[in-house]
Amino acid sequence: MSLKIKSMDVAETPGFDPQRRSFLGAAAAAAGVALAPGVMLYAITKSSPTKARALDAAASSDVRWGMLIDLGRCDSGCDDCVTACATENGIGGHGRPETDPQWIRKIELTDPQTGNSKSLPMMCLHCEDPPCVDVCPTGASFKRADGIVLVDKHTCIGCRYCIIACPYKARSFVHELVEDQKTHAPRGKGTVEGCTMCVHRIDADRQPACVEACSDTGGGAMLFGNLNDPDSEISKRVARYASQQIRADLGLNTAVRYQNL
Amino acid sequence: MTQERTSYAMIAAVLIYMAGLAVAASATETEPVANSGRVPLPVIPIGEGDSCVEDIDFMRRNHMSLLMHQRDETVQEGIRSKQYSLKECLSCHAVLGPDATPVTAASPQHFCRSCHDYAAVKIDCFQCHASRPEPGTLPADHLQRSTLAVSPATHRIE
Repeated sequence: MSLKIKSMDVAETPGFDPQRRSFLGAAAAAAGVALAPGVMLYAITKSSPTKARALDAAASSDVRWGMLIDLGRCDSGCDDCVTACATENGIGGHGRPETDPQWIRKIELTDPQTGNSKSLPMMCLHCEDPPCVDVCPTGASFKRADGIVLVDKHTCIGCRYCIIACPYKARSFVHELVEDQKTHAPRGKGTVEGCTMCVHRIDADRQPACVEACSDTGGGAMLFGNLNDPDSEISKRVARYASQQIRADLGLNTAVRYQNL
Repeated sequence: MTQERTSYAMIAAVLIYMAGLAVAASATETEPVANSGRVPLPVIPIGEGDSCVEDIDFMRRNHMSLLMHQRDETVQEGIRSKQYSLKECLSCHAVLGPDATPVTAASPQHFCRSCHDYAAVKIDCFQCHASRPEPGTLPADHLQRSTLAVSPATHRIE
């Protein structure tokens, strides 16, 4: 029995351990980058995936898109990423924060013992093992080959299991009729939505809107890139500096990582 | 036999001439509504270019399959070829309203609605999708390039 089949067996065992699967996968690929003890990013890509993909080519698992957010450069008064996201994807509110959809938000984290406070942007962290995908009864919540976690609204029935399953409160339900959507970001009442990492931009070889806004007018805290390419800026940065995942204890291996948390 | 053929040809010529008159007349009307039967025939708006991405007959019967196929490929695999994309349909077949901007599906003049209203087939695409190209993205010569004009009489759904 090959290693690959073994790792599939592990994945289907109740109470499987993603760390162990990571280990087996890494052993099979025989080329991993150790990020932190027990956390591996795989470098199994053959060609340089920074080249633009053809329009009719499918997303490839050679790529894993990710973000590194340096909280040392994220100002608590700045919400340029949130504004850029709303503009790009046509997310308008009704002045009802409880039910208005949000794809990215700024949160303040304060250490109660020292009073030290950090501001951080929170969005879908595009987990490698996304709980929202596990619980979806229709397969609408899915992970694309390049690691982007999305909702296929054609099959979403609006049950909201994924909203409950997500430990990061990253998904929203659209409660009200939506009009004048952006052509690249269809959104409608009765479906769940969340950060798409600006998948339409990525497919056109551009950066997500929040990252672009952060480098243009914000503090330049967000770095976007391919975690599977050892030569990409993001891979070099995560290899060189310590970075963290939110709720790393859940073992989800998020594609969005934070520095100076 | 030859005489019969000639008279057929003459009848055909007269018919074509009359059809031409009818088209010219309908084009000058401000509200081109085809009222040739009990149910008003749809007025199919024009599209850019000389032809659609497939034959008109094929598109009438199969456009929904093309769109369904494309949507899954785009959402799930990130394939964004333009040939059968909804965005391209809406851009090419955009109908300009009185303010010279493309109308939305809220207007009965909208390309999709003009037929779907007639056929009484409800579509839910536009509950999520934008039903018109984004403002400012339509080429300035959209109307000039729109040569796929078909008169209501010949554009009958069969």
